[in-house]
Amino acid sequence: MSALLTVEDLRVRFPTRTGVVEAVRGVSFTLGRERLGIVGESGSGKSQTGRAIMGLTPPHAEVTAKRLAFDGIDLLSAPPKLRRDLRGKRIAMILQDPKYSLNPVMSIGRQIVETLQRHEKIGRAEARKRALDMLAAVQIRDPARVFDLYPHEVSGGMGQRAMIAMMLVAGPELLIADEPTSALDVTVQLEVLSILDRLVAERGMGLIFVSHDLRLVSSFCDRVLVMYAGKIVEEIAASELGNAKHPYTQGLLNCMPVIGAGRHPLPVLDRKPEWAL
Amino acid sequence: MSLATQTRPLTRREWLLSDRPQSRLQARLGRAYMTWRRFSANRLAVVGLLILLGLCIVAAFADLLAPHSPVIGNLAGARLLPPGSEGYLLGTDDQGRDILSRLIYGSRLTLAVVVLVAIIAAPVGLVVGAAAGYAGGWIDAVLMRITDIFLAFPKLVLALAFVAALGPGIENAVIAIAITSWPPYARIARAETLTLRNSDYIAAVRLMGASPTRIVLRHVMPMCMSSLIVRVTLDMAGIILTAAGLGFLGLGAQPPLPEWGAMIASGRRFILDQWWVATMPGIAILVVSLGFNLLGDGLRDALDPRESGQ
Amino acid sequence: MSMSDTVRMSGRRRARSRKAVATVLQFLVVVATTYLGLLAVTFFIGRVIPIDPALAVLGDRAPQHLVERTREAMGLNLPLYQQFLLYCRQALSGDFGVSVLTTNPVMTDIRRVFPATIELATLGTLIGALIGVPLGVLAAVKRGSIADQIVRVIGLVGYSVPIFWLALLALLVFYARLKWVAYPGRIDVVYEYTFSPITGLYLVDALWQRQWDVLRDVFRHIILPASLLGYFSLAYISRMTRSFMLNELQQEYIVAARAKGLSEARIIWGHALRNAAVPLVTVIALSYASLLEGSVLTETVFAWPGLGLYITNSLQNADMNAVLGGTIIIGSVFIGINLLSDLLYRTLDPRTRAR
Ligand SMILES: Nc1ncnc2c1ncn2[C@@H]1O[C@H](COP(=O)(O)OP(=O)(O)OP(=O)(O)O)[C@@H](O)[C@H]1O
Ligand SMILES: [Mg+2]
Repeated sequence: MSALLTVEDLRVRFPTRTGVVEAVRGVSFTLGRERLGIVGESGSGKSQTGRAIMGLTPPHAEVTAKRLAFDGIDLLSAPPKLRRDLRGKRIAMILQDPKYSLNPVMSIGRQIVETLQRHEKIGRAEARKRALDMLAAVQIRDPARVFDLYPHEVSGGMGQRAMIAMMLVAGPELLIADEPTSALDVTVQLEVLSILDRLVAERGMGLIFVSHDLRLVSSFCDRVLVMYAGKIVEEIAASELGNAKHPYTQGLLNCMPVIGAGRHPLPVLDRKPEWAL
Repeated sequence: MSLATQTRPLTRREWLLSDRPQSRLQARLGRAYMTWRRFSANRLAVVGLLILLGLCIVAAFADLLAPHSPVIGNLAGARLLPPGSEGYLLGTDDQGRDILSRLIYGSRLTLAVVVLVAIIAAPVGLVVGAAAGYAGGWIDAVLMRITDIFLAFPKLVLALAFVAALGPGIENAVIAIAITSWPPYARIARAETLTLRNSDYIAAVRLMGASPTRIVLRHVMPMCMSSLIVRVTLDMAGIILTAAGLGFLGLGAQPPLPEWGAMIASGRRFILDQWWVATMPGIAILVVSLGFNLLGDGLRDALDPRESGQ
Repeated sequence: MSMSDTVRMSGRRRARSRKAVATVLQFLVVVATTYLGLLAVTFFIGRVIPIDPALAVLGDRAPQHLVERTREAMGLNLPLYQQFLLYCRQALSGDFGVSVLTTNPVMTDIRRVFPATIELATLGTLIGALIGVPLGVLAAVKRGSIADQIVRVIGLVGYSVPIFWLALLALLVFYARLKWVAYPGRIDVVYEYTFSPITGLYLVDALWQRQWDVLRDVFRHIILPASLLGYFSLAYISRMTRSFMLNELQQEYIVAARAKGLSEARIIWGHALRNAAVPLVTVIALSYASLLEGSVLTETVFAWPGLGLYITNSLQNADMNAVLGGTIIIGSVFIGINLLSDLLYRTLDPRTRAR
């Protein structure tokens, strides 16, 4: 299996008034056409890792890596034009909250068509048809109606499905999903996840699934990276999670409530400064 | 707090920035100091403040600063002298009057106009807005409808019509401008009051048995002040420009008063050959209203970082 | 679609149309009360403040019989509320009395001069919006840069400079010294007899009639006052554009647009500006209204024969009917523009669109 994505010693730094914030500090991993989960507590650098791969880090931040390559293309030395061509076409990203990440004054259909037109020479009718098909693929029952709706007119779950359609319509090989369901109701979460699951499997995409929910990640991914303070503290196969060695991973696992096991007092995550070294 | 830190004398700065103020005064001064630090970090705002301080000083000491009389000129020997002439730094006008002296005395009129408009219009807006916001219901509906009606009017043209009916003169100009400029203050005061009305601390005051009048006067209105001050400061430039416009049309201050707008109007006839007569008062107006705008921007950023678009 | 679905749909549609009716009614109430307020204020100015309104209208030296006749016509012998009703009826039918200065009905005069003001303000707003919006976008995109500072200074000066003074200086430089532009008025006297305008918008008329030399002359007359007015609306529009754009560029949907691989230009102009355009429409409408009003001062300087000059001339001659008529007309246009911008806002923003 040749690596789709190689990340070696990725670092993201933000210069601020009070000094340099290192959001990501030397992350390394490789990814084939598989599902990789990234978990960690809030602020541990998960999103910044994903955004650095996409090339969406804010301009004032500094991104360095020994190697950051997608399918043999060195991303950091690639000209901006090439990176733009990759985005949406070969690497795509789903954002957390559909309420804010869809353009409110553009109809859902147009936003999907826009992705297509950006990356392919395609006629109007053809683009519309592909968008409708994509909407059907994310299990929207009445694609023709939803096509003309505006983001505020659809529910959160439907919005997130539209978002998935918008990002997958050009057929990317790698998908980065940054907490794609954490803004949704629990019932809708599962629906959206199963759609994502099926599409990733059908299309043989690589997936980076960012979440802070370890159980969700372990049921959904093949492999899990556990991040803490900008570093990977443990890399582990999802099936092996029970045997996690690092105390932080164990802590994360222990924090999750188990139904029917009323535990008092609630366990609190215990952080040791030496993990962050 | 340990005893050791209490016995060590605090520097003045530490005393101001203390997060455990010992008295109400200390807390208040501390807050003012923080605001000042944010304000003074904005260089342009400080420039604005300096301009306005300069205006106040010039207005206060006009008698000492002005080299000549503002109204009586030297018709025989000093008509329309260019800037830099002997004894007339900015030149003279068609009646041989020193333009610099007229500008210096004119600062009093400018200052008087903005201060008068502010102390008429701002309280009116504050009372209307606070009453509407606190009372709610139909009082609110009626008051705000009236406010919106005034807001939809052409301010300058309405002020012109008022002056036309009242007769020209600086007092009437002030009244006309004040009548047309209170509505935005009412809107701001109402918005602030609405957010305050349901706050816990107003509820606490109410539980302590304070009357509505007292609540509005002592607790709601003071809280509206900071946003109101910002808005009034930003409006000052507009007030100056309107007053100057009225003066230019001959409806504001009457000759021989050295009002800047009227001075431009009288210099208009000589604009082709004696450009300085009309130019100098325009520069004065520009500088002063720029000062107000810079100060207002700075105040807004310092008092209300939310609104600054940062 | 099942039966119950159909029922539900039609129920929703009925609720929607009820909402639309409510919105329209609300609009009507707003317009009616605002207009009534405008009439009340002008009534107050014209009939309550002056000691003798008839004299205020006619001037002090009017002969006695004329004063009596005017009193009768204005209903000055009636109680105040009946006077107001009469005043409203007359104003609503476009009867603002006769101008002492021109001896025409005020409405006739206004109809003659208004196109000049419209033409000037429209061109000014066009200039202001076409330059101001890109400048504001630039300032927001390159925030904190030299370009941003320059745009800021341009705006600040625009807010602070007296328009009539700048107009005088501009005349001095571009007309007297450089001789680039023509002055005074809208058109050279040479053409006054050969050119017969239809709409009263000279640029449009000259273009329509293919009178190129007239067009050139009209352009040379209008360009300076229009640029000045344009500068003022530019100051306001660029500043507001900047702040709207800064707000939009922080939104999450911008990140999503980047993730789709769109170019920066497309993101800025196609996504961020499209969202900023919604509140910008109101800003541009308001600036158009304020230019109509600002024309009072500009037209005086340029001897531009529009409504502003008409009002100031009437002011100087204590021609109260003309002043109040002009005020009511400008006020009505204000109300109309406010209403229009509100409607436009609703159609531009899908979230408030009357569905
Ligand atoms: N623009 C910025 N300027 C300075 N620091 C930043 C900036 N953006 C992010 N950071 C820092 O980067 C760190 C990692 O942020 P990131 O968004 O990757 O966290 P996360 O793991 O995705 O957390 P969450 O679960 O809350 O989304 C944070 O500690 C944050 O302080
Ligand atoms: Mg995140």
